[in-house]
Amino acid sequence: MTGVSKQYPGIRALDGVDFSIAPGEVVGLVGENGAGKSTLMKILGGVIAPSAGTIELDGTRFQSLTIADAMKGGIAFVHQELNLFENLSAAANIFIGREPLTGGFLKLVDNKELSKRARPLLAQLGADFDPDTPVSELSLAEMQLVEIAKALSLKARLVIMDEPTSSLTASETERLLKVIARLKAENVSVIYVSHRLGEVEHCADRVVVLRDGRRVAELKRGEIEAGLMIRYMIGRELKTLYRPPAARAGDAILELVGIRTAYRPDQAVSLTLRRGEILGVAGLVGSGRTELARTIFGLDRSEGGEIRIGGKPARITRSRDAVEQGVYLVPEDRKRSGLILGFPVRDNITLANLPAHAHSGIVDRNSEEGEAERQRSRLDIRTPGNSVDVGSLSGGNQQKVVLGKWLSMSPRVLIFDEPTRGIDVGAKNEIYRLMRELADSGVGIMMISSDMEEIIGVSDRVAVMHEGRISGFLDRTGLSEQSILSLAVGRDSVA
Amino acid sequence: MANRKDIGLLVLILVVGAVVAFINPRFLSPVNLSNTANLVGLFGIFALAQAFVIISGGIELSVGSIIALLGVVFIDLVAGGAVHWTVAVVIVIALGCLMGLVHGFLIAKVGLQPFVVTLCGLLIYRGVARYYTDDATAGFPFGASFPTLEWLTTGRIYGIPLSLIAFAIAAIIMGTVLHRSVFGRYLYAVGKNQEAARYSGICTPCIVISAYVICCGLTAVAAIYIAMYTRSISPSSHGNFYELYAIAAAVLGGCSLRGGEGSILGVVLGTVLLQVLQNLVNLLGIPSSLNFAVMGSVILIGVLADQQFSKARGLAKRRAFSGAGAPAAGAVAAQERE
Repeated sequence: MTGVSKQYPGIRALDGVDFSIAPGEVVGLVGENGAGKSTLMKILGGVIAPSAGTIELDGTRFQSLTIADAMKGGIAFVHQELNLFENLSAAANIFIGREPLTGGFLKLVDNKELSKRARPLLAQLGADFDPDTPVSELSLAEMQLVEIAKALSLKARLVIMDEPTSSLTASETERLLKVIARLKAENVSVIYVSHRLGEVEHCADRVVVLRDGRRVAELKRGEIEAGLMIRYMIGRELKTLYRPPAARAGDAILELVGIRTAYRPDQAVSLTLRRGEILGVAGLVGSGRTELARTIFGLDRSEGGEIRIGGKPARITRSRDAVEQGVYLVPEDRKRSGLILGFPVRDNITLANLPAHAHSGIVDRNSEEGEAERQRSRLDIRTPGNSVDVGSLSGGNQQKVVLGKWLSMSPRVLIFDEPTRGIDVGAKNEIYRLMRELADSGVGIMMISSDMEEIIGVSDRVAVMHEGRISGFLDRTGLSEQSILSLAVGRDSVA
Repeated sequence: MANRKDIGLLVLILVVGAVVAFINPRFLSPVNLSNTANLVGLFGIFALAQAFVIISGGIELSVGSIIALLGVVFIDLVAGGAVHWTVAVVIVIALGCLMGLVHGFLIAKVGLQPFVVTLCGLLIYRGVARYYTDDATAGFPFGASFPTLEWLTTGRIYGIPLSLIAFAIAAIIMGTVLHRSVFGRYLYAVGKNQEAARYSGICTPCIVISAYVICCGLTAVAAIYIAMYTRSISPSSHGNFYELYAIAAAVLGGCSLRGGEGSILGVVLGTVLLQVLQNLVNLLGIPSSLNFAVMGSVILIGVLADQQFSKARGLAKRRAFSGAGAPAAGAVAAQERE
């Protein structure tokens, strides 16, 4: 790609970017949200047309690609949000639209042939599940393998992976990196778009850094290093992530005594969260962390045990009860659970505390606007106005709106579930700073995260979950990637 | 408060009205206007009711059957002289609310689909109404007279039918509830994204159940007005297809069947348009058998036009948004997601 630009009305998303990739090469593409990574990849995938510049595929020059051109050229996308049919089997998904047929004019799907063809593709990727497994029963990481297998079945020679590991746990990530190595060995090229610089460091032969639609740097194998990439991405050095608390943690604010979740009623979970501390909750995906949070917040029924808030037993049977106790949850999927897309920023901020902005049941719009404005300036939510549809904001700003909703009330316990997933480095740091500020003001913070760097960089103490139970607690002195991982895979003794 | 959709609908009503008036001046005669106004009032009340349920993301198909059953019950109570008519009004509205409570419970707590629950309601209430009267027509005996009740339901002030006034009052109250109250906001929130509403600590089943209670309660009020208007009820046909009128009015008025969208003003205008269309069929000498066909075509055209307009508007808006010098990162991120 030479001199590729994309002009949107009022904004230049890409400005004369040059980009190339050789067969069997793995190129990392990094940059903050809005740097133009996705735009560049969409141009390559034929989804959008560039305003200027040319694209050359195997020696053929194009002004712009269509999706068909891209597919014919062997370019395949593995999306951030997976596009699979959950009700169909893995094999059926791989060959969707190209099913082997039988029964002559009846054109029946030959299911046997389907799984037979899918099997070697999946095996090649190191997948250990049966091709006939329905996708709904697979983990996120396995679904990703299905997507990659689909790309391979289409004879893809260039696979674009957009934030492939944002929902994966450490071991799943490791497996994906192995898959990338295998693809490379088969002479398939990979463009790896990610915020996780450690992984990029690990797998890329070359790294291209974008900032504000421009290519600001290209790092060769020997120069690839996270600190350097970050410097180019944001143009400044990042300070040490961990911010120690202002004071020692106070009394217990949230105690779980033998809580049994509906997800794993066979396991009892006990933990204590103190005022002023950030308790990280680590574990593999499926270890029951989100389900634990849902149970504390009253979304799932508790199958036993006791929740104590501020030392007193609390009866929480629905989310309303938790909110009344000052226990708030910032959910994992902000678009589905955290926000009402289509509602203005203001209405999202006041949604949980609407009665406080109402007189005898009638909402006072001025009071609402005042609250929204307070949160907007406090959290530095970048929006053209509080009446704008919250769906039009960037991920980081959306997350701040979810936070603003709870900060407009008086939190005692804040549970964050994957607080910075898909958020750029700048906004990430702001959220970490806010968490620390809140903790220092006496809030107990529980942070569920699959991002190792985040768990280690932010938590004062870490609880590690494994298959529905807590396999161990670690304080800062014992905190390392290794110690967390061994607990997460169920080895209770710290290796 | 009026948005572009409502203004478009108003323009459509005026244009259709003008055309009809031009072809047949009788359209503007006091008698015709007064009759049409009465029908707007009668149909409007239960259209408002339907809108609440549609905004919550559900649907209420038993409206017509409720109107038949509660109409029969009301006439029986009043004409039989068992209780004073005021008591009968209270009983009928309470029965309506009870039906709504049952529907809401089955949908929000048991988890059945609104379409299925209210379809069963449609069948059950119709059947019960027919059984209740032995399939005979229910009506007032000769000479029976309830001056206050009759004036309140079928009377006129300065030629304005009281049904229209009742509709206006209902619209103002419901408009306030929907657009100004905490409950109204919650209703939109639940309709747009039930999960996020729950994650915000809103008791979503309470909101959904309330929507059905309001809907069926208000439909009970409509049932009384309609019973008093027709004076006699043949339970097998009374109120047939009324749920479809209500849904049509709500959809014309901008409600989305996916929930979370719509306004009271829109529903009012939608009701008016439907009645003007009915009137058009009568006045222009179009065979009345084509009545539904005309209505269906207009709704289809209306919905199509609206979709095309909002597509164009969305594009224009986006252009204006990025042109206004919005924070660069936000705008790009927004575009990247598309």
